[in-house]
Amino acid sequence: MAERIDWIALTIFLFFFALVTVMGFFAARWKSGPVSAHLDEWGLGGRQFGTWITWFLVGGDFYTAYTVIAVPALVYAVGAYGFFALPYTIIVYPFVFAVMPVLWKTAHANGYVTAADVVHGIYNSRGLELAVAITGMVATMPYIALQLIGMGVVIKAMGLSGELPIVAAFIVLALYTYSSGLRAPALIAFVKDIMIYIVVLVAVVVVPAKLGGYGAVFAAANEAFTAKGGDTGLILKPSQMLPYATLAFGSALAAFMYPHTLTGIFASKSADTIRKNAILLPAYTLLLGLIALLGYMAYAANIKVTSNNDVVPVLFKVLFPSWFAGFAFSAIASARWCRPR
Amino acid sequence: MWILLLLPFIGLLWVPFYNSLEPALFGFPFFYWYQLAWVPISSLLIWLVYRSRTPDEAP
Repeated sequence: MAERIDWIALTIFLFFFALVTVMGFFAARWKSGPVSAHLDEWGLGGRQFGTWITWFLVGGDFYTAYTVIAVPALVYAVGAYGFFALPYTIIVYPFVFAVMPVLWKTAHANGYVTAADVVHGIYNSRGLELAVAITGMVATMPYIALQLIGMGVVIKAMGLSGELPIVAAFIVLALYTYSSGLRAPALIAFVKDIMIYIVVLVAVVVVPAKLGGYGAVFAAANEAFTAKGGDTGLILKPSQMLPYATLAFGSALAAFMYPHTLTGIFASKSADTIRKNAILLPAYTLLLGLIALLGYMAYAANIKVTSNNDVVPVLFKVLFPSWFAGFAFSAIASARWCRPR
Repeated sequence: MWILLLLPFIGLLWVPFYNSLEPALFGFPFFYWYQLAWVPISSLLIWLVYRSRTPDEAP
């Protein structure tokens, strides 16, 4: 990867980073209620988010840098097997529709803010409550690590090196989350998700057009996997089918037990808000499926990377002008994480 | 109606059914367009169940 700094991309990136930061601090005042001292206000934004805010918030929390960087990287590396994220993020919604409104009602009626509160309330066990809280924190660590990796690869793609830019960005994000609570990610999600939608729609139309259509994209990937051998390919090896299904199923059952997704559920205004979101959130899944194919487009574009996570940033850098690459990188990097607990 | 919610699980977890390249559609091998097609289908199924249920009482 080139070590020269891409000033145009960097300027656009910094502009959007500044915009998101200002919004993050401003968010504290957005829709603030009379009970600002209560944990409900900070942790759940006052439990008042309607269908659209919840859609952006949960969509932004659930589909993060993992979606944009790690899924295409895995598809690039192994092919069909990496696609398990698609069935996973489809079958999760019938489950959410059936289960989460029930959980919401319990949480709402008793004022529970976290999964640990619910468990303590129902089973009256401090030990169980602690176990759930710790599991939640530990399980979220890889997600936070992925956000940092995602931010790291785009910063690297713009020619900056070293850990310092990531540390600085992390501190800024932590500060406004601390000051604004859940309102910060909810407000920023509007900007970030619209940016991501623009980037992906442009990418899935323009990139195949430049590379000779989706047929050519799949053919190039097939050729690369045939040369590579092993457990790779456009379809699954017989031994991969069962793991593919169980990965999708297990991930779907776990997805809304994570603190960052459950928070979005508890912050909803009503059980019906959650039901409507189970119908509307799959729009993000469609996006995920198309983003995953960026991994194959890299083969059609003859891109070679040393680290698989660099696939998407390098693809954007090669195929798009600097200003659009900068816009895309800001969209990826502004994928932010849930509140620190 | 609630049984409709099980269809996406069957359609997507029975992997041998769709693990093939043909028939392709718009350049997409079957494996890919079949799974992508389940996104709008699942939304539709959930919507049908949503419509059929009795609404919550007003809080």
